[in-house]
Amino acid sequence: MKTAVYIFVMAAVTYLIRMIPFTFFNKKIKSKFIRSFLYYIPYAVLSAMTIPAIFYSTGNIATAVIGTLTAVILAFFNFPLIVVAVAAALAAFISGFFM
Amino acid sequence: MKSSLKSDFIRGILHGIPIALGYLSVSFGFGITAVASGLSVGEASAISASNVTSAGQAAGVDIIAAGGTIIEMILVQLTINIRYSLMGISLSQKLDKSFTLPHRLIASFGITDEIFAVCSAQPKPLTPFYMYGMILIAILGWILGTFLGASAGQLLPAAISSALGIVLYGMFLAIIIPPSRKHKSVLCVVIIAALASILFKYVLTAVSTGFAVIICAIAASAVGALLFPVKDDTEEVNE
Repeated sequence: MKTAVYIFVMAAVTYLIRMIPFTFFNKKIKSKFIRSFLYYIPYAVLSAMTIPAIFYSTGNIATAVIGTLTAVILAFFNFPLIVVAVAAALAAFISGFFM
Repeated sequence: MKSSLKSDFIRGILHGIPIALGYLSVSFGFGITAVASGLSVGEASAISASNVTSAGQAAGVDIIAAGGTIIEMILVQLTINIRYSLMGISLSQKLDKSFTLPHRLIASFGITDEIFAVCSAQPKPLTPFYMYGMILIAILGWILGTFLGASAGQLLPAAISSALGIVLYGMFLAIIIPPSRKHKSVLCVVIIAALASILFKYVLTAVSTGFAVIICAIAASAVGALLFPVKDDTEEVNE
C-alpha cells in the first residue's frame, strides 16, 4: 500500500513537470543564470547518481570497474546509448569469470 | 485529413522503433534493479508505465527501498526530471496548429530524452499523432523490458542479472560523457557533482541518498551557471 503511494507521487510529479511547460509555456526564459542552471542540471544529476553508485552496481567492485571503463571509453567515442549500456554489462559479465 | 492522421501515426511509430529497442534493454536492467530492491514485478511495471523516465525511476526505487519520505520523493523527482520542463518549453515552440490543449495534455506524458531528441530533429512542425505513434511504441518497449527484467531477473543466473545492474548507469555515462568531451563547462559540472556525491557517500553519510543527489546537482549546476553562463538559446537543451 505504501509503495502505491510512492508510485503515485512519482508519476504525478513527473507528469506535471512535463505537462505544465509543454502545455502552457510559449515564451523564452530570460534570466541567463536560470537558463544556464537548467542547462547543467541533467548532467549534474546523472553524474551524482552514477558516481560512486556504478561501482557497487554489479555486487563486485572489480567487475563494475571494468564495466565502467568499457562504458567510459565507448561513450568517449560517441557510441549510441544502447551500445554503451549493453557493452558495460557484457564487460562486467565476462570479467566476472576471471574474478 | 483522416489518412494524414494515419500516416503521421505510422511515421511516428517507425521513428520510435529504434527508441523502443533501446528502451527494451535499458528497462530490462531497471526491472532487475527494482526487484532486487524489494519491489514486485507488478510494482516495477507500474512505475515504468506511469513514469517513463530512467534516472527518475532509478532514484525513486532507491527512495522506496530506503523508506524515504514523500517530500524527499517529490524533491528528487523534481530535481532529476526538471530537464523535461526545458524540453517541453523547447518542443512547445514547434507544434503544429492541430496541437490543441487536449493533445498537449496527452502528448506531454511521453516527453523523454530520446523522444525529445528525435522530435526536435524533425524539420516539419510536430503533429499530435506523429508524437502519439512514437510515444506508444517507445512506452511499450519500456514497459515490456521492465516486465521481462523484473520477472526473469529471478530466473537468470546470478552472473547475468548482477552484470545487468550496470546497464542504466552505462546509459547515464553515455549521456554525460560526449558533451563533457565537447564542453569543458559540462565537464567541470560533471566533476564537481561526482566529487560532491563521493563526499556524501563516504563522509557525510547522515544525508540520505535522494537529498545528496539534489544537493550535489544544485551545487554543481549553480557553480556551472556562475562560471560558464550558457551563450545562445539553442544550446540550452541539446542533450
